[in-house]
Amino acid sequence: MENIRYDLIMALPEIVILSMAMIILLADLFLKQTSRIAIYALAQLALLVAAFITFSTHTPSIGYGFTGAFVDDSLADVLKLMIYLGTSLIFIYTRQYIQLRNMFRGEFYALVLFSVVGMMIMVSGQSMLTLYIGLELLSLSLYALVALDRDNARATEAAMKYFVLGALASGMLLYGMSMIYGMTGSLNISDINNALMGGQNIHSVLILGLVFVVAGLAFKLGAVPFQMWVPDVYEGSPTAMTMLISSVPKLAAFAFIIRLLVQGLPTLAVDWQQMLMIMAVLSIIIGNVTAIAQTNLKRMLAYSTISHVGFVLFGLMSASINGYASALFYIASYVLMTLAGFGIILLLSRKGFEAEQLDDLKGLNQRSPWVAFLMLIVMFSMAGVPPTLGFYAKFTVLQAALQAGYLWLVVFAVLMAVIGAFYYLRVIKLMYFDEPIDKHPIQAPFDMRVTLSVNACALLVLGLMPQGLMSLCGYAIFKSLS
Amino acid sequence: MVEYFTQHILSFAIWMPIFAGILVLFTANDNKPNVTRWLALAGSVASFLVTIPLYTHFNVADGGFQFQEGFQWILSFNINYHLGADGIAVPLILLTSFTTVIVVIAAWEVIEKRVAQYMASFLIMSGLMIGVFSALDAILYYVFWEAMLIPLFLIIGIWGGPNRVYATIKFFLYTLLGSLLMLVAFIYLYHQTGSFEIVDYYNYPMPLNVQVLIFLAFFAAFAVKIPMWPVHTWLPDAHVEAPTGGSVVLAAIALKLGGYSFLRFAMPIAPDAAHYLSGFMITLSLIAIVYIALVALAQKDMKKLIAYSSISHMGFVTLGFFLFNNLGLEGAIVQMVSHGFISAAMFLAVGVLYDRMHSRQIESYGGVANTMPVFAAFAVFFAMANSGLPGTSGFVGEFMVILGAIQVNFWYAFLASLTLIFGAAYTLWMVKRVFYGEIANPSVAVLKDINKREFFILATLALLVLALGVYPQPLTDVTNATVTQLLSHLAQSKLPAGL
Repeated sequence: MENIRYDLIMALPEIVILSMAMIILLADLFLKQTSRIAIYALAQLALLVAAFITFSTHTPSIGYGFTGAFVDDSLADVLKLMIYLGTSLIFIYTRQYIQLRNMFRGEFYALVLFSVVGMMIMVSGQSMLTLYIGLELLSLSLYALVALDRDNARATEAAMKYFVLGALASGMLLYGMSMIYGMTGSLNISDINNALMGGQNIHSVLILGLVFVVAGLAFKLGAVPFQMWVPDVYEGSPTAMTMLISSVPKLAAFAFIIRLLVQGLPTLAVDWQQMLMIMAVLSIIIGNVTAIAQTNLKRMLAYSTISHVGFVLFGLMSASINGYASALFYIASYVLMTLAGFGIILLLSRKGFEAEQLDDLKGLNQRSPWVAFLMLIVMFSMAGVPPTLGFYAKFTVLQAALQAGYLWLVVFAVLMAVIGAFYYLRVIKLMYFDEPIDKHPIQAPFDMRVTLSVNACALLVLGLMPQGLMSLCGYAIFKSLS
Repeated sequence: MVEYFTQHILSFAIWMPIFAGILVLFTANDNKPNVTRWLALAGSVASFLVTIPLYTHFNVADGGFQFQEGFQWILSFNINYHLGADGIAVPLILLTSFTTVIVVIAAWEVIEKRVAQYMASFLIMSGLMIGVFSALDAILYYVFWEAMLIPLFLIIGIWGGPNRVYATIKFFLYTLLGSLLMLVAFIYLYHQTGSFEIVDYYNYPMPLNVQVLIFLAFFAAFAVKIPMWPVHTWLPDAHVEAPTGGSVVLAAIALKLGGYSFLRFAMPIAPDAAHYLSGFMITLSLIAIVYIALVALAQKDMKKLIAYSSISHMGFVTLGFFLFNNLGLEGAIVQMVSHGFISAAMFLAVGVLYDRMHSRQIESYGGVANTMPVFAAFAVFFAMANSGLPGTSGFVGEFMVILGAIQVNFWYAFLASLTLIFGAAYTLWMVKRVFYGEIANPSVAVLKDINKREFFILATLALLVLALGVYPQPLTDVTNATVTQLLSHLAQSKLPAGL
């Protein structure tokens, strides 16, 4: 009895968010459209309460619950806090957008909260089963979200594509997990690690299982050669959903990799390092080169995401505490940049108009110097130019890879970063050097403007003072992995 | 208060223009541009005044870093906010803050579109460039070095000529490519020494092949910036398209960042590689001096001509560096400062003509001296200085470098001194075609001579060019101890014992 109570307290944030999602689903039935704002408030409240619980129950020690299937360590807590923050920003940025597009309904908030629960379970999963359940909860919510605008043919197509490929990836992942289970006799991450300790039991089936697991993860992350769905889904989904897909779930995917590969299969590090390396290199090439040819802003950002994923894999393949911490730092920076970037796209959209072509940014400096400046920061940050956060993200990852001895890969990544800089510069060129085509005034709620400004300026401020975020990431990794 | 200031002069020199720039941005109102202009002028003058104590309080006997200050910035990677200036940095810092004042005045009535953003870009860039000259931590240096690309990118792109987008993106990507390779070198050194302090790298021994790789990484960054032949092609494009102020800063300061950085990083960190590759570096410098001068001769666009002349003159700077003797090195530094004044003046002079005629083509002009006699006098003077006439600062640096070259190899000196002929040829030929002869067309006939503002700028620069030409001692006094110290450091091999 005592044990169950302990377990439930450990999972309290998940329980809070899940309950709130249920409440929202019910409450939605009784609310008129005019009072729907209450649902928005409830969803934000759920995140706030969960954040408070996660923060106040945090200890540097590692706790296991639910017979070892669930873990509460620093990495989980830090990632969860980041997820709450990111989701809260998404709620603020998307409110007006979904209101204008008839999607301001309980389903949106409930589904997003379900996906948050999925992410939290992935973050805390300590058994292949919990990890998988978390991933599916996240994925299924996202498929439904993409198709939320039923009459939108493009969105429906994107959802279908996302679902089919996502289901395939889940299948591969599950298949790989079953092989690992077969060879080690356990689903539990720690037990898998113990079973393989010493390295005598490494069988080729295990390696095959690893290949499937890595392929499944790469699908979810959108790393080359499993990236095909990314641009289509990004482009087809309503921008609000694209923003969600491209941002916080990456934090959960990172946790998934850490749990499964780093904590569960460190004995196979040599094998998965090679796989990650190949995917990192390919992602950086394909992402950066293909982005140049895009005229659609969302598609361009999709390829940009692929290249960012490549850089994250760069940190992970270093297979050192330093490397994982830098990968976490990169992901956190990436999420912050992506949210600000999509936030600005949402800001420029209005009823009946989607700002999704690159040309829609033309002359933004003349329409609104402040918004143009915010986008300038985001773009330079994505390109990795100091004094923005994006520079330190690239810096930490590159130094980790260099420490692991990959000198020439680092030089290669750097050359690719120059290619990448080109398409970010093109966005700035459109905003600052061209005359505007679209001259509509920019309308947005006050809270969105303020949050977006803080979000984008944070990229600059954190670029000047990156120590706090670095320490946080280092702390999370160090306390959980050593 | 005074004490606080004297302990943080360099921080003031960096942050004052940056904050002034941000303040100027808030006055953005194109209907009342004068508020912006006066505020920008006040900010730039104040920023210049702040840098003067760097000269007056400089201890000429000390060849090390003075005015040091700092605190721990990013603990995770042992990165410090560490500033300091030696005898090479101080003149360049003063040059930077001075040039910014000139640029602000030069843009007074000329820039009408988005004045606040223009002025703010220059002020912020000025602070960032001073940061480059005074950073003693590799990452701090790198942050300033890269960050200054952003305002310059915008300056060329927003206020530039018709082909500005191509030019500015080319400029940005070229520079970024080199810089990132330098970053890889920094990270490598960090993993070897556990520190980003530049001074720690000076004494870290490395085998020759490592030194060569590190030198080449630095070379990629600095050679692009200087620019050396054959990675110079971005400069003529950038110069031609940039607004006058952009060209002035580019020529007077941005190019010096590359030269300065060779002395701060590439040579002292990898001295054996520097000796090993000196033949290569000297060859590139001589090609720049001779070949680029010939290219300049063929130009029809005045700005392009001066841009090529800049590359040729910067060839002298790199030549002086890699002679490894006192005269060469000191001459190179004098040349950097002198070129800062002269190229700034040349670009301003072209700007004066461009504002009136909206053409930079030599063939659009002819007989300008008839309608603009005062201006013509200045232009001829600066042209003489550019071609290295004795009595002007252009002569001092080139002459010292040539003397230094003779000590090493007669043919180096011979080829280098060809520039005195070619330089005179392309500059004076341009002056002849633009200023002398019959009045070429009706629009030249109605040209108005320079106003007080333009007179003031050109006269100030002319005085400085003369002063430095006649009496360069105040400059060489400051640099002397540092140069001696640097040369003795370069003379010691850093190869690990037993190799």
